Amino acid sequence: MKPYAWSLGLAFIFLGPVVGALLAGIDRRLTARMQSRKGPPLLQPVYDVLKLFEKDTLVVTRLQTLYLWGFLFFMVISGVILFLGSDLLLSLFALTVSGIFLCLAAYATNSPYSNIGSSRELMLMMAYEPMLILVPLGFFLVTGSFRVSDIVAGSPWQVIQLLGILVGFLFMLTIKLRKSPFDLSYSHHGHQELVKGITTDLSGSDLAIVEIGHWYENTILLGWLYLFFAPWGPWIALPIVIVLFFAEVLVDNTNARLTWSSTLKASWLVTAAVGVTNLMLLPFIT
Amino acid sequence: MYLISFLIVFSLVAGVAIAMAPTVGVQARRIRFSVGALAVASVVLALLHASRGPEFYALSAWLTSVLDWLFIAGGLGLAALLLWFCRRIKPGEWYIPVLILAQTGLMLYAELVGEHPEVAHPFYVDSFSVLMALIIAIVGGLICVHAIRYMHDYHAHAAGQHEAGDVDASQQRPERSRSLFFGMLFLFLGAMFGIVFANNLLWLFFFWEVTTLCSFWLISYSRTDEAIRNGFRALGFNLIGGVSFAAAIVWLTHGPGLRTWELDQLVAGGSALALIPAVLIAVAGLSKAAQMPFSSWLLGAMVAPTPVSALLHSSTMVKAGVFILIKLSPVFHDTYAGLLLSLVGGLTFLVTSLVAVNQRNAKRVLAYSTIANLGLIVMCAGVGTAATMWAAILLILFHAVAKALLFLAVGTTEHLIGSRDIEDMEGLVYRRPRIAAMLLVGMLGMFLAPFGMLLGKYTCFQAFLSMEVMWGDGLMLAAILAFGSAPTLFFWSKWMGKLVAVPRRQQPSSAPIPRDEAIALFSLTALTYVACALFPLADTGFVMPYTQHLASLGLIAEPSFAMPWETILLMSVMLAGLFLMPLAFWLRPPKYSEVSGYLSGANVDGSASYRGAMGAERLVESRGYYLSGFIEEGKVVRVGLIGCGSLMLLMLMGALL
Repeated sequence: MKPYAWSLGLAFIFLGPVVGALLAGIDRRLTARMQSRKGPPLLQPVYDVLKLFEKDTLVVTRLQTLYLWGFLFFMVISGVILFLGSDLLLSLFALTVSGIFLCLAAYATNSPYSNIGSSRELMLMMAYEPMLILVPLGFFLVTGSFRVSDIVAGSPWQVIQLLGILVGFLFMLTIKLRKSPFDLSYSHHGHQELVKGITTDLSGSDLAIVEIGHWYENTILLGWLYLFFAPWGPWIALPIVIVLFFAEVLVDNTNARLTWSSTLKASWLVTAAVGVTNLMLLPFIT
Repeated sequence: MYLISFLIVFSLVAGVAIAMAPTVGVQARRIRFSVGALAVASVVLALLHASRGPEFYALSAWLTSVLDWLFIAGGLGLAALLLWFCRRIKPGEWYIPVLILAQTGLMLYAELVGEHPEVAHPFYVDSFSVLMALIIAIVGGLICVHAIRYMHDYHAHAAGQHEAGDVDASQQRPERSRSLFFGMLFLFLGAMFGIVFANNLLWLFFFWEVTTLCSFWLISYSRTDEAIRNGFRALGFNLIGGVSFAAAIVWLTHGPGLRTWELDQLVAGGSALALIPAVLIAVAGLSKAAQMPFSSWLLGAMVAPTPVSALLHSSTMVKAGVFILIKLSPVFHDTYAGLLLSLVGGLTFLVTSLVAVNQRNAKRVLAYSTIANLGLIVMCAGVGTAATMWAAILLILFHAVAKALLFLAVGTTEHLIGSRDIEDMEGLVYRRPRIAAMLLVGMLGMFLAPFGMLLGKYTCFQAFLSMEVMWGDGLMLAAILAFGSAPTLFFWSKWMGKLVAVPRRQQPSSAPIPRDEAIALFSLTALTYVACALFPLADTGFVMPYTQHLASLGLIAEPSFAMPWETILLMSVMLAGLFLMPLAFWLRPPKYSEVSGYLSGANVDGSASYRGAMGAERLVESRGYYLSGFIEEGKVVRVGLIGCGSLMLLMLMGALL
C-alpha cells in the first residue's frame, strides 16, 4: 500500500465531515431556491451542530450514547476503508453495522415515535441492501476485484457496462440520503414528519453525533458514486458526480412520501429489473 | 487412532454411566467430568493433527470382521428398535415402518448378497473432521452442562414444585426419563464422532441412523401428543434420507460403475464416476440438514427441551448433514447436479430468511435462521471450489458457536422471565444485563461485521462470481444471497432493538442465573469472540490443510485466494472497537441527565403513560414490525417447498439419466 493511500484514508477522517457539511449546506440552499426562498448561509449546518454541542444533552437512557458512538465509529471505519482504496464490500458491511447502531440508539429510548422511526429505518435498510451489494459485485465482474484501488484504475467503459447498476444505485441513493419519496424514517422537511422519526429522543451532543455521522455518510456515498466515473479522472468525473448528487435534491422537492410497503416493493423490483439484469447481460457488453 | 476410538467409545460408556447414576448429584458430577474428558481429548487431538494432512487407519483382520458383524447386528437392532417405537404411529404415518423396512432391506442386500468391496481403511482423521470433533466435544459438551440445571428445573416444574433446589446436594433419585435423556445426549455425541471419523460408508451409515434415532427420542421427550407427532415427522423425513443413503451404498456395491465402501475413494471418483451415489447421499444430507422440502422437522423439534434444540441446531444433527455434503463437495464441482444442489440451498436460504421476519416466538426465529444458514452452507457445498469449501467450513464453526449460545440464552431467559416471546424480552438489557449481553453477542455473531458469518458471506460472493457451469449461474446464487441477507438483517436488528429498549415499567426480577447454565453461557460467549478474533488460526490450522490436500489429489483447483492482511487488520480494528467502546463507556460514562421519552402529551408515569388530548391518561403500547401482511408465511413456505422439492427431483433425475 502506498503512502498516498494512507494519506487519503487519514484525510477522510478529518475532511470527510467538512465535505459532508458543505454538501448539506448546498443542499439546503438549493432546496430553498426551488421553494423560492433565499435559504440559510452555506455553513448553516456547521453552526447548527456547534450550537447543539452547547446545549444540555437530555437522554432517555445513558446507553443510547454508547450506541451512537458505535454508529459514528463504524461510519468512520467504512469511509476509511473506502478512501484507503481497500475492499468495497467490506466498506459496505461496515456501513450496514453503522446503520444498525443508529437504529439501536433510537430503539433504546423506547418511545413510540423513535420505535416507528427505527423500524422504518430498518425497513429501508432491507429495501436498499440488495442493490448496494450488487454494486461491488458489478465492479468485481468488470474489474475482477473488490478493491477500490483496482476499480479506480479500471476501464473507462465500466460506467457503460454498469449502467443498470448505476441507475439502481441512484435509486437507492435517494433512500440513503433520506430524500422524498423515501424519507420515511427521518425527513428534513417539517411538513411530512411524524415528530422527528428516528431522532425524536436524541438531543444536544447526541444529536450532533448523528449529524456528523450523516456528513461522513454523504462523503462516503459521494465516493461510491465517484467510483463509477473514476477511470475518467477527477476533472471529468467530479463534476458529473456533483450534478448527479444534486439531482437528488430535485427528486426530493418534487415527490411526496411513499408508504413503506411500496418503497420496499419498488426498490426490490428496481434491484431485480435493473441491477440483476445488468449483471446477467454483462458477458454480452464487453 | 486411540484418540478417536476414545472419543467414540468414551461417549458411549459415559452415556451408560450417567444413565445409571444413583442420585441427581452424582449424575451431575459424572456429566461434568465426561464433558471435561471429551473436551480435553478433542483438544489434544486438535493439537496433534492441526495443519496436517489426513491419516487413514487400517484395523487388524479379526477386529475388522468382529466390528463388521457388530455393525450389522447394530443396524438390525436399530431397525428393530425403531419398528418397536412405531407401535404408536397414527394411520397417516404408515410410511415410517415402510421406510425402515426398505432401508434395512437395501442394507442387507448390499452387505450379504454377492461380492462386496473390501475396506482397507475404516477410520481416518483429517483437519476438517478434527474441527468438527472440537465443535461436537466443546459446544456439544457445554450444552450438556447447561442441560444439567435446565433439566433439573424442567422436572421440578413438571412435578409441580416451585423451587427445584440445588443440583449437587440433591440425594433424589433421577427420574428414569431424565437418566435416559442424558444417556441419549452422550450417545448422540458418540454417534457424531463416529460420523466425522468413519471412512467405511456402512459404519458411517450406522452412526448416521443412530443420530436419527436419538433425535427422534429426544424430540418426543415430553411425551405430549404434539411432541410425539413431531418426533415421528423428524423420524420419517430423516428416514427418507436414510433410504436414499442406503440406495447409494447398494449402488456402490452392485452398481455398474465405481465399487467401493470407502468415503475417500468415493470422493476421489470425481464427478465422472461418483456423481450418482453422491447425489443420493446428498438427499440424505439435505434431509438431515433440514433443507426444504424437509425443513419442517426442525421447526417441529422446538417442542423438545431447549438443550435438545440447541444440540440439534448447533453442533450435531444438522451439522452432520452439511458435513457429508462438504465432504462430497469436490464431486459436485462444475456439474449441473451441484448447481441444482446450490439452488436448493439458496431457495431455502431466501424463503426461510423472509419467513423469519414473521416470527414472534424467539425459538422459531432461531430455527428459521438455522435453516437459512445451513442453506448458505449447502449453496457453498454445491459449488465445490476451494473458496466455497473454505467459506462453508468457517460458516459451520461460527454458526455452531453463536447458535448454541443463542439457544441456551433463550432457554435461560425463558426460565428467568417466563416467556420466549420477543416482545416480552423488551428491556432485557436493563432487567437482566448479563443474559442480554450474551444474547447480543450471539446475534452480532450471526450477521454483523466483523464477526465470522460475514467473512463466510464475503467469500461466498467472491466464489459464486467465479463459477463456470452455465451462463448466469453464479450470479443467480449471488443475487439470492444478496436478497436473502436483507431480511436477515431486519429480523435480527429488530430483536436487538427490543433487547436494548429501556423498559417502561420496572419489572423486578432477581433470580440469579444458575451456575451450570452460567458456565455454559459464559464459555460460549467467550468462544464467539475468540473464534472470530482467532479465525486466521482456525484457517491455517484446520481449513487450509483440508483444501490443500484435496488440491494435491487433483480433486479441486489449487486454492487461489487469500484474505489480504489489511482486510484482517481492518476487521481486527472493528472487533477491538466493539470491545473497547463499551469498556470506555463503562469507565467514563457521560453524565447526561435522564428524562422520559417523548410522548405526544404530558408524561404521567415515566414513559409508561401520558396525559393526552381531553386530559385522558393513555397507556403507551408499541410493538415491533412483523410484516405478516406483507410476507405471508404459508404462501412463501409453500413456494419454497414446491420449488426445492422440484429442484431436488431434477437433481436426482439429472444424475441418474
